[in-house]
Amino acid sequence: MIGVKVMRRPDREVSYLRATLKGMAVTFSHFFRRKATMQYPEQTSQEGFWTLSPRWRGTHRMLTDEQGRAKCVACGLCPQICPANCIKLVPGEDEEGHRYPLIYEIDEFRCVFCGYCQEVCPEEAIHVGVHYENSEYDRQRFVYDLERLCAQTHPVSSLWDPADPKGE
Amino acid sequence: MSPELKGLLLVSAFKAVGLFAALMVGVIMVVWVERRGAAMLQDRLGPNRVGPLGLLQNIADGFKNFFKEEVMPSGADRGLFQLAPLLSFVPAFLMFAVIPYGAPLPGLDFTLPLLGHVVYEGPLTMVVADLPIGFLFIIAFSSLAVYGITLAGWSANSKYALLGGLRASAQMVSYELAIGLSLIVVLLIAGNVPLGDIVAFQQQTGWFVFLATVAYLMFHIAAFAETNRLPFDLPEAEAELVAGYHAEYSAMKYAIFPLAEYAALITMSAFISTLFFGGWDIPFTAWDEQVATAWSFEAVLRGALTNAVFLLKTLFFVWVFIWVRWTLPRFRYDQLMFLGWKVLLPVALVYIVVIATAILLLERAGVPHDLRYGFVLFLVNVPLVVLLVWGLDRRRVLKGTPRRVRVEA
Repeated sequence: MIGVKVMRRPDREVSYLRATLKGMAVTFSHFFRRKATMQYPEQTSQEGFWTLSPRWRGTHRMLTDEQGRAKCVACGLCPQICPANCIKLVPGEDEEGHRYPLIYEIDEFRCVFCGYCQEVCPEEAIHVGVHYENSEYDRQRFVYDLERLCAQTHPVSSLWDPADPKGE
Repeated sequence: MSPELKGLLLVSAFKAVGLFAALMVGVIMVVWVERRGAAMLQDRLGPNRVGPLGLLQNIADGFKNFFKEEVMPSGADRGLFQLAPLLSFVPAFLMFAVIPYGAPLPGLDFTLPLLGHVVYEGPLTMVVADLPIGFLFIIAFSSLAVYGITLAGWSANSKYALLGGLRASAQMVSYELAIGLSLIVVLLIAGNVPLGDIVAFQQQTGWFVFLATVAYLMFHIAAFAETNRLPFDLPEAEAELVAGYHAEYSAMKYAIFPLAEYAALITMSAFISTLFFGGWDIPFTAWDEQVATAWSFEAVLRGALTNAVFLLKTLFFVWVFIWVRWTLPRFRYDQLMFLGWKVLLPVALVYIVVIATAILLLERAGVPHDLRYGFVLFLVNVPLVVLLVWGLDRRRVLKGTPRRVRVEA
């Protein structure tokens, strides 16, 4: 059942003058209401009225551990599940047998922002972010390498929870 | 050249150029008011980036239009296609020529370096052309504007434009009837057509909005149709006719149409405030009615204040036009014709009879043309307005679309 609001329209006869005056009162009351416009470069979504959903899926962020190293263990699940094939992962292994990514690159132009990489990650390392300001002067700059992914500071997406579909 | 002729030419040129400039700036400002006002009524902000508060936005748009390509549709009637924008533009400005916009100033008598001795016999009326035919001139030229719109639609060789033009001609001719009949009431009360005399009469008896309320309501409704503004903007009807009569126009030729529309809007507002709201009359004082014979600070102040009052009244009605535009949806064509012919026309005819009778009785009783005269007519109007708003207008007038399809849930 979809919640559709059905307007009850008068299907017989209505008035001119009084209905017009009533309508004018309604529109004039809107004159003083808070405006919905975001004056973008000066105001951004951080400032209260216009907030992004916590489930927003924007450009990625790699979380790091206490030593500042990427949490990624190079298991290879994210390039495996990625429908856009935009993650490039070359795994490496140190002397103690810990796996880590030698190369970890995400092509943000190819990415479809489905969030599967975050869902599938066993270490909660790669995340999609609550973030939308991504302008660059060069196409090459849209391939984010590991260093850049770790350096991002914006909040990460909470994704959609099937157990709590309305996010309550 | 005699000093009197020089004075006449100088004063006329000054008035004409000044008024034209004021109207042009006014049009640009009103477009700004419309855009910002529309935005505010819709919980938006509107254009606010070009210049302070976005005031220069329309000038920027005008420049843009100058540099756009002029497209001539194939099969268009070249001559008429070029002429049509001018035909809708010129009447809108011409109409303002007979509207008085302030209290008269004293005459002029001075010597200028190049012109020599200049004399203008007072009083110097603040109206470009104080024509004895008064508002008949406005009626004549507002019907001339029909040609501009109709020819624009006709000459473009486009079905949408043609439909818009046809709608415009039928609509404007129909509502001219309502305008003319409501002005007959004004003529009956004031006894004369020059707008200066009508303002003077209102200063004695009170504003005609109280003496002829129903005529005012009809005039205002018809003014929406005459200026092709919502709820009667069927000639444009973006949803049905692309852009209606100016669908095929581009660049500056296109920009002239909105320019003409807003000039007509200002003129109509000025006309309404002159006919029904006392023109430049400042209410509750007789100070503005004195005619100065010599230049003094008071005479200048009187001129400036009456100008300001006239401007305020006009701007108020401009705002009402804009306000209604962003409140009401567009009428269907049959509803438009229904309102014009079956509601406004009979109401106007009955109203003329009632007012004419009242005036005849008042004249027989020898009531002088002062506040008592106005008060009696006001008392005649009260039951009529009550009848109109709570009787005729009560669920009996506007027929909604019959529901042909019933959707079963």
